[in-house]
Amino acid sequence: MLLEVKNLKTEFKLKKGVVNAVDDISFSVDKGEILAIVGESGSGKSVTSLSIMGLIAEPGKVAGGEILFKGTDLTKLPVSELQKIRGDQISMIFQEPMTSLNPVYRVKDQIMESIMTHMKLSKEEALKRTVEMLDLVGIPSPEKRAGDYPHQMSGGMRQRVMIAMALACHPELLIADEPTTALDVTIQAQILELLYSLREKLGMAVLLITHDLGVVAEAADRVIVMYCGKIVEEADVKTLFTDPKHPYTVGLLESIPKMDDERERLYMIKGMVPNPLKMPKGCSFSDRCEKCMEKCKEHIPALIEVNGAKVRCFLYSDAEEGKV
Amino acid sequence: MQNELDAVVNEQASEVVLEKPESQLKEMWFSLIANKGAVAGLVIILLLTLVAVFGRFIMPYDPNYSDMTISFQSPSAAHWFGTDQLGRDIFSRIIDGTHISLTVGISAVALSLTIGTILGAIAGYRGGKIDTVIMRIMDMMLAIPSILLAIAFMAALGKGIDKAVIAIGLVCIPEYARIVRGCILSVKENDYVQAARVVGNKDFRIVFKHILPNVLSSIVVRATLGISSAVLDTAALGFLGLGVQPPFAEWGDMLGRARGFIFSAPYTLIFPGIAITITVLAFNLLGDGLRDALDPKSRKI
Amino acid sequence: MSEPLVQIKGLKKYFTMETDLLGRPTAVLKAVDDVSFDIYKGEAFGLVGESGCGKTTIGKMLVNLYTPTSGSILFNGTDLTKLSDTKRREYCRDIQLIFQDPYASLNPRMTIGDIIAEPIRINKLMPSNEVEGRVNYLLNCVGLANHHRNRYPHEFSGGQRQRVGIARALAVQPKLIVCDEPVSALDVSIQAQVLNLLDDLKEEFGLTYLFIAHGLNVVKHISDRVGVMYLGKLMEIADKKELYQNPLNPYTQALLSAIPVTDVTHKKERIILKGDVPSPINPGQGCRFASRCFKEFEGCDKICPELSDVGGGHCVACRLYDKGQIKKDA
Repeated sequence: MLLEVKNLKTEFKLKKGVVNAVDDISFSVDKGEILAIVGESGSGKSVTSLSIMGLIAEPGKVAGGEILFKGTDLTKLPVSELQKIRGDQISMIFQEPMTSLNPVYRVKDQIMESIMTHMKLSKEEALKRTVEMLDLVGIPSPEKRAGDYPHQMSGGMRQRVMIAMALACHPELLIADEPTTALDVTIQAQILELLYSLREKLGMAVLLITHDLGVVAEAADRVIVMYCGKIVEEADVKTLFTDPKHPYTVGLLESIPKMDDERERLYMIKGMVPNPLKMPKGCSFSDRCEKCMEKCKEHIPALIEVNGAKVRCFLYSDAEEGKV
Repeated sequence: MQNELDAVVNEQASEVVLEKPESQLKEMWFSLIANKGAVAGLVIILLLTLVAVFGRFIMPYDPNYSDMTISFQSPSAAHWFGTDQLGRDIFSRIIDGTHISLTVGISAVALSLTIGTILGAIAGYRGGKIDTVIMRIMDMMLAIPSILLAIAFMAALGKGIDKAVIAIGLVCIPEYARIVRGCILSVKENDYVQAARVVGNKDFRIVFKHILPNVLSSIVVRATLGISSAVLDTAALGFLGLGVQPPFAEWGDMLGRARGFIFSAPYTLIFPGIAITITVLAFNLLGDGLRDALDPKSRKI
Repeated sequence: MSEPLVQIKGLKKYFTMETDLLGRPTAVLKAVDDVSFDIYKGEAFGLVGESGCGKTTIGKMLVNLYTPTSGSILFNGTDLTKLSDTKRREYCRDIQLIFQDPYASLNPRMTIGDIIAEPIRINKLMPSNEVEGRVNYLLNCVGLANHHRNRYPHEFSGGQRQRVGIARALAVQPKLIVCDEPVSALDVSIQAQVLNLLDDLKEEFGLTYLFIAHGLNVVKHISDRVGVMYLGKLMEIADKKELYQNPLNPYTQALLSAIPVTDVTHKKERIILKGDVPSPINPGQGCRFASRCFKEFEGCDKICPELSDVGGGHCVACRLYDKGQIKKDA
């Protein structure tokens, strides 16, 4: 087990009250696995990734649980230790390739900096490795492009540079937060293909955070669906897409316009994500759910294993949260 | 067909209004009064305003009444700040000067703000050749030291308090024109400005209804800081003998006339100096506080 | 088929990026380069392409935010490019725009009610005592409640703001609405709601849409015909069904293949295009897509193919389908 998250809770203390952005979630990532976390805005998927990286800033904080990376609890490490792991063994790429690169430094300087701090290489070796990495992520004539400034590159190129930077120190876990959202479709296909092939080549694990179920279906091995800070369903990719269980997952899958159907109207999930300060008493999806029962409004279902998948819904089990 | 949607959304939307924040003004106000410096500035400005308006009733002597027999009296119970070379009560003159300094400062800023906003708005919104012409003229004005320019205007216009307002107002125009133009350029390309054009707004309305209200905050900050420099400029003109004409009491003028007695009667200089400093400081504090309050990035969550 | 509402002919929009000392352009961005197509009354025309292909520029020229460099836009038979500014403003009232970013498209200092009432007031569409009723009606049309009138945009979620943007566009009773990626900034479950709403409104108000999107999957649902753009040029136009089942231009094929599918049981062979979209500044004279095309053959980088009908209103700009009648580019 490479990464094990146990009962993680992250909360934000706002003037109006406390928001449980991540509410008691547990999951694990195996070596070489691509695990996708899917959810809409406000589902807590990005907060999860930031919690793992130790990047939660005021007024938020990790309020409980453990994040075990190869057995070490990251939440208990001092900042200096965490920094060593960050960028070395765990790397992260962000959604916006435009703003994640420093515009005043050349691309090679930015990659070399992290190589030199984490791998203790000389300048020449670091430069060599930088060019290797740029080549690996598919940047044509890497020796020449290494000297470019970020603004001289296109969005797709910059995202490749970000990936090269994240991979420079051979991380064992790569956290990719919406890596293709800001990119064009044809470039998105390239980047997904790249992530997939790099996983094969380097054997790293990837935690893919996204809102796009299409991307998940293309790239992931296993999927976690999050809603309002909780995991509502967890399954391997095939099971999730062929036999979705939670009404939310079903609704999400239904509402995507598909290439091969001729329906007049799209299926839609009614309403919208509830105000995080005014969560329903029972299941957080209850007020949008078509199959909502009396019980759902009063009690929170537990995450229960059903046919090789985990689902949090009273349709499949009567177990309540905290009473199993 | 519509009904299903209606029902769902209406019901939802009434509750879901995500964390309804207080109105922007209220939030700004709280942020402002959390800033100690700004509160201090605000209190001083309020006091100064009260003094300017009701000063006539609290001044112990007629500020212009001169009695040569009591000239150069050191500060005492009778004359708190002493008397000047003509035997006038300095405390009363400083109170009287508050009125002039504030009036000149505020009206000069109002003048330059109005003209500067119009010029900056035209330059920023229209762009092209008009922009180039307006901004080159502004640059030329900025290239000349402002006090020199003000003196030149005074020379052309003649002496007097109204002329001082015009001179200081004209000199400050480029600053406001520049800042307004910059703000407009940054907001002009926003979708909601384009949306306003698409639905058929006229340019004038777009600028005043859709653009300016959204850049007002930075202009207000600039104007507050501008009042302090206008007060200084007024004092400088007075010091040079170009501003308000005697017998009216004006702080700069008082300084200028007293400078020969700096060693023999320092209090004739010190008190007008302090008055200028406090006024300038108060507006600067308020301006800085406003900037912090209006800048959401520096605001705490 | 009904008559065309909009006829775009040879439309060009160039932006001068750099000039030499004498003010002569040295770098020209050809955002839209000689594009022609029609939009028929009552249809939804989908315009698809990646960033920088000029699709938004076309939309902005239609609503009079940009002035075309050359070419003509016929709206109901009147050439908008030949009208005086005031006349054009009047005509363009019938063409409204829904923006991509619901957070940037509403004035933060105005209430929802004022935002929707403004177009009615400034165009003096009705006496002022009737405006409020009309605003309420429009709010209800887009699925919002009357009491939202007095709220400010920051109190709303993205989906609700987009509804307000739609209500504002409807306020002037337009004939054509340009929808510039109206759902791409929204959450998946909200996207379906807004798409269905747009579909309903089209029926109810007899609207015509120009629906701009960056991916073919969104357009699929709402459009009747689809045009595919690449670097300022139209590559292919066809009826929706025809285009999705029988894409001819290699670029359309690649775009279709790039859409991630949620069907995990049949992994399809995917066309991965090499390289990035080249810069639209000073493009070469050949086919714009030649540098990334997987079916490129001799001459593609020199000769620019013209859009030609291959039957049944299916037009494609590609030399693969020219059948010998290749036109040399001047």
